[in-house]
Amino acid sequence: MKIGVDVGGTNTDAVVLDAAGVVGWKKTPTTADVYSGIVTAITAAIDAGGVSLGDIDCVMIGTTQFTNAVIERKSLLPVGIVRLALPAASAIPPLTDWPDDLVKVIGGNVHQIHGGYEFDGREIAPLDERAVARAAQSMAKAGIRTVAVTSVFSPINGDMERRAAEIIQNEVPDIAVSLSCELGQFGLLPRENSTIINASLAVLARRVVDAFKRALHELGLDVPLFISQNDGTLMRAKTVERYPVLTFASGPTNSMRGAVHLAGIGDAMVVDIGGTTSDIGMLRNGFPRQSTHFVDVGGVKTNFRMPDVLAVGLGGGGIIRNDGRSVGPDSVGFELTNRALCFGGDTLTATDIAVAGGWADVGDPALVRSVPKDTIAKAREQMRRVLDIAVERMKTEPKDLPLLVVGGGSILVDWPVKSVSDVIRPEFSSVANAVGAAIAQVSGECERVVSISPGNRDSVLDDVRDEARNKAIEAGATPDSVEILELEQVPISYLPGNPTRIRAKAVGDLPI
Amino acid sequence: MDLKIEDVDDLCMGASFLGAGGGGDPYIGGLMVKQALSEGKRIEIIDPDTLDDGGLIIPTAMMGAPTVLLEKIPSGEEPIRALRAVEAHLGRTADATMPTEVGGINSTIPLFVAAQLGIPVIDADGQGRAFPELQMETFAIGGVKGTPLGISDEKGDVAVVLTDDNHRMERIARGITIRFGGTAYFANYPMTGAEVKRTAVKHTLTLAREIGRIIRTSRMKKLDPFQELTVFLATTHYSVARKIFEGKIIDVDRQTSEGFTVGDVSIQGPDSHSDICKVTFQNENLIARKDGSVLAIVPDIITIMDAETAVPITNETLRYGQRVVVMAVGVPDIMKSPAALQQFGPSAFGLKEAYVPLL
Repeated sequence: MKIGVDVGGTNTDAVVLDAAGVVGWKKTPTTADVYSGIVTAITAAIDAGGVSLGDIDCVMIGTTQFTNAVIERKSLLPVGIVRLALPAASAIPPLTDWPDDLVKVIGGNVHQIHGGYEFDGREIAPLDERAVARAAQSMAKAGIRTVAVTSVFSPINGDMERRAAEIIQNEVPDIAVSLSCELGQFGLLPRENSTIINASLAVLARRVVDAFKRALHELGLDVPLFISQNDGTLMRAKTVERYPVLTFASGPTNSMRGAVHLAGIGDAMVVDIGGTTSDIGMLRNGFPRQSTHFVDVGGVKTNFRMPDVLAVGLGGGGIIRNDGRSVGPDSVGFELTNRALCFGGDTLTATDIAVAGGWADVGDPALVRSVPKDTIAKAREQMRRVLDIAVERMKTEPKDLPLLVVGGGSILVDWPVKSVSDVIRPEFSSVANAVGAAIAQVSGECERVVSISPGNRDSVLDDVRDEARNKAIEAGATPDSVEILELEQVPISYLPGNPTRIRAKAVGDLPI
Repeated sequence: MDLKIEDVDDLCMGASFLGAGGGGDPYIGGLMVKQALSEGKRIEIIDPDTLDDGGLIIPTAMMGAPTVLLEKIPSGEEPIRALRAVEAHLGRTADATMPTEVGGINSTIPLFVAAQLGIPVIDADGQGRAFPELQMETFAIGGVKGTPLGISDEKGDVAVVLTDDNHRMERIARGITIRFGGTAYFANYPMTGAEVKRTAVKHTLTLAREIGRIIRTSRMKKLDPFQELTVFLATTHYSVARKIFEGKIIDVDRQTSEGFTVGDVSIQGPDSHSDICKVTFQNENLIARKDGSVLAIVPDIITIMDAETAVPITNETLRYGQRVVVMAVGVPDIMKSPAALQQFGPSAFGLKEAYVPLL
């Protein structure tokens, strides 16, 4: 059996999961020390499920602690920033386009040094090792305890970054090192930004991971601990101690993945209906489709992607006007249970329509008996139209997919939605986040630029796939379970010779 | 007028619109310009009609792969060295620089050069949009020689290309770009103020800024950005612009061939029985067809935009399921002469359809 935990800013949720599904669960407030909230949630979830500690094989935790720290500018360290790119890239120095308050917390110790690679693997310049040593000395003098190292095209070759780290650690033995090549993906500035933020989280990363470990220890759970990363797969705790930014944006991914798992399917549309808005997304093979845009964390452009989600103004608290012809987008929000008619309030809301229409059972139906049939029909038609359009917009498959309806406002939907095969309401969807953490696999990625000719296409693709597979196995996947999840080939335009960027991602199961 | 730091994002957005799906994302170039302005440097944009006929103007630009640029950002010295190489060859210094191409990243490079050198940048360019090759310039059509071309990289390497044939200039410079590591910065088509007045597509930098401003502010004002663009462009020398199709992308077929990304994108109208519009591209969008009839064709500008935000979508980021609006813009008369159409009309891209101006 597995335990999934979601440590959010407000709540800590725990679920106990076996092969058949959710065995027990608990939602408790997140505590300032993090670990006591986890202990409370896990203890209660285990009790609810009537299972014993000995039945637990491993614990998976998803967390927004690091994202929140950056947004709130809390627990961040000043960073030594090393960019290996000269004579290139000096037109845009590190930290350009960052919010001033964050630069004040993190910035100052910046070093642009000769080095880096071309897209075809040649060196732009040999690594200036002496300049790296001088930079390290300046960091030591300034009392810097963490360093971010970024070189041009390091996703193709990370050797220079690793060599620079070696030199820096010789000069400043206990400094924490973040390398951009470990954070993947082309695009020097967003990758450098992520690396710098990662470095600034070095102390918090150890503290949070220690809190996780302490919680397990206190519970007497001597089992492996994994933590969710942004793409919905898992990392070992020691990876998070070094690369906490990999947890960014894992929340939305876990919640969508948890929902499809609870429904027992892989390809689906998901709509999460809240009090004010609904978020609509799509999953293929159990993974959400990613947005083409990079995630902005605390005002900084990172190289992480979020699930592509469309938010529309359909929610349980949506205010009904014009005899039902207009639903929302304004909402009574969290005041639903005071202001909605069916709860004794004075405002006609979307929830009242569902109660008056007889398809939802909340509040007091007697309080909405006066709502005219025509208003109910018109409002229902309006809500149906909003959802139909949103689902149709987000669906990128010509064939019909099932639609999973989750969230507090899911009671609104009683109609067959256009262009979906089936409407499903999974059980336990309020802890979908923790379920998403618990069911996750481990992954490996590889990205390269290669010149493709008709003769070598297959062998090049095989190489990239193999490396992704090996990385997934290194991350803990059982070799038999590893499969290629994504294979992307994008030609580099405006250059002769057909250079192509190839990226493969493999996922596999943990040996449990 | 002076370019302000808050104009830069608008100008970049407008440059993407004029890029017709290609031209490279101006993100890096925009950051370079903002960085220069934040250091207190000045960028003066001047009207080509006010130029001294005898002055020397040397355009500057970037060539190669936008994907490489995102990783290997320039030092900023490259286009300046390229310009200096042309000056050295001519034995004269430039009075101003200007874009060769207003669409995409190349709207930004001369702005950066102008800031660094303290010379003005002219509100005009040689393509009025984006095209993939160096000979596809109104300057060339007007008889201005493309060379001497200076080309440089971040390492300080410089080459000067001398040839009487603009096609060979393109081919040689493209080869050098590979050796330079996939991106290069160049200066070419040195010309007099009189030649700029006669051969350039005028007022395109300020046009790009205004297009970007309209896209950014229409939604805030609850106006239809596509309608606003139609109304605005009708008052300019681009004279006609309209929404030619709206729908959802149902197929993107993309291949690579000799440095070009070629393919088609199919867009279907509001429901599954509606018409399908097919846009064919070779880096930039070339032709939009529906039911065998031509909706718009190069050199008129065809731009695919997000139906919700009106943000232009480059061909590298088109994907199945996006809700889009296709807009077409008729180009100024200087780009529609028989000589211009021979250089960058349908036949220059292997299309058999004749050019029919957007009405």
